[in-house]
Amino acid sequence: MTNPAPMIEVTQLDKFYGTFHALKNINLHVDQGEKVVICGPSGSGKSTLIRCFNGLEWHNSGRLVIDGIEVYEGAKDIRELRQEVGMVFQQFNLFPHLTVLENLMIGPMKVRKISKAQAEETARKYLDRVHIPEQADKYPAQLSGGQQQRVAIARSLCMETRIMLFDEPTSALDPEMINEVLDVMVELAGTGMTMVVVTHEMGFARKVADTMVFMEAGQIVEISPPEQFFTNPSSERCRLFLDQILEH
Amino acid sequence: MSDLGISSLKGQALPKPPLHKRFFDSVIISITIYIIIVGLIAYGAYTGAQGMGYNWQWYRVPQFLYRNTEVGFEWGEIPIGLVATIKLSVISFLLATAIGLLVALLRLSGLVIGTAVAVGYLELIRNIPLLVLLYLFYYVLGPIFGLDRYTASILTLAVFHSALISEIFRAGINAIPSGQWEAAKSIGMSTPQAYRYIILPQSVRFMLPPMTGEVVHLIKSSAIVSVIAVAELTTFGRNIISDTYMSFEIWFTIALVYLVVTLILSIGVSHLEKKYAVDQ
Repeated sequence: MTNPAPMIEVTQLDKFYGTFHALKNINLHVDQGEKVVICGPSGSGKSTLIRCFNGLEWHNSGRLVIDGIEVYEGAKDIRELRQEVGMVFQQFNLFPHLTVLENLMIGPMKVRKISKAQAEETARKYLDRVHIPEQADKYPAQLSGGQQQRVAIARSLCMETRIMLFDEPTSALDPEMINEVLDVMVELAGTGMTMVVVTHEMGFARKVADTMVFMEAGQIVEISPPEQFFTNPSSERCRLFLDQILEH
Repeated sequence: MSDLGISSLKGQALPKPPLHKRFFDSVIISITIYIIIVGLIAYGAYTGAQGMGYNWQWYRVPQFLYRNTEVGFEWGEIPIGLVATIKLSVISFLLATAIGLLVALLRLSGLVIGTAVAVGYLELIRNIPLLVLLYLFYYVLGPIFGLDRYTASILTLAVFHSALISEIFRAGINAIPSGQWEAAKSIGMSTPQAYRYIILPQSVRFMLPPMTGEVVHLIKSSAIVSVIAVAELTTFGRNIISDTYMSFEIWFTIALVYLVVTLILSIGVSHLEKKYAVDQ
């Protein structure tokens, strides 16, 4: 696939928290429809990096271009960008005072200004897509963790985003609920969505990833296709990390 | 002790609390003590009044509640004063809420100047006594801006309570987890949209209890405007007393009216709280 305009282009990006150097010289290129899985030990900057992608965190230097929009603190079109980039959080972050259906409709209605009827139609479509159409009128607290996370995925999809970011989407789930969420993500990958996923679910990574990224201490240590990543990683640290999480 | 003593603990009753605790915790004893204390206070007030030769004239009080004249039924001064007090309180509260929200948002805006203005306003208002604030509005700002006594009263109450209300808003807004902000922003909401649709609706249940306290406080402090003779419950009470010299009866009645209004309010809001609790 020839694609002159990449969806995500990161060039020499640095980020500091005070004096702490959180992201060091990050370079990354994500094509349209590409699935990137980022892994690495905790505190390595994985979440910080993808939170930069929709302006929840701001980088201090370097360039970040998402879908043709230059991202920097104070950018005028940051809200347009966020409408293109969906984000799924570890803690779901559903709106507890709204029903499932209202959670899905509020973005399209208030941000995209589409009609209520149309928003509801879209919401029900994506609720079907994540296999919980029967939960439409419940409140988030009445759902299981896996169901809540699927609602959160549907909420992002309702904005008709072109990129989906996942920040450890299964880390807060009970083990028996992880697969129902991963299944939805695998299906989503099949639709050609551009996805950047921070996760330690290596089974999922093997199944959908086009590119594997390993981060440590704020740096990208390895970028490689999954077949090479899992069998013959070029860096020793990456090999050690994989040994640790794949042992069981 | 091969079974670690677990079986010997099974089904054994917990020790009872000590006798004196059970005695004072029982409903009948609690009510009895309460009645004795209230009775003693009432008796003290009564004998005190008798001692100074006070002439109780409770029979003259009802005419200030309602009258049946030739033209028919009409309300007395006290209900009319109560309505005026409620009107004054409602207008002041609405204004105080608007100012309070504005100050809270300024303080939370993250702008250095916004925070500075908000903190300055809060410290200024909180450290001026209500009565002095009223004099400032009526005798200083009144002539300058042409405020009548009613407007000056409303502004005084609104400004004084806006400081406290802004702190209630701030606490309620801060009680919402940051993930809610991130979720709102990630679907492209602006800050005002996030406040309106996501943050403030969830803050309501944190703000209801202290806000009720603030309304009760405002209704009570509205009595202070009687010093510049604004027509409301306390002013009407003073007027009646200057006509009849029945200070004991009228002040007891006025106090009771305030008590009833604020109690009704508190009970109403606690029902509202339960409703919000269920909806979550």
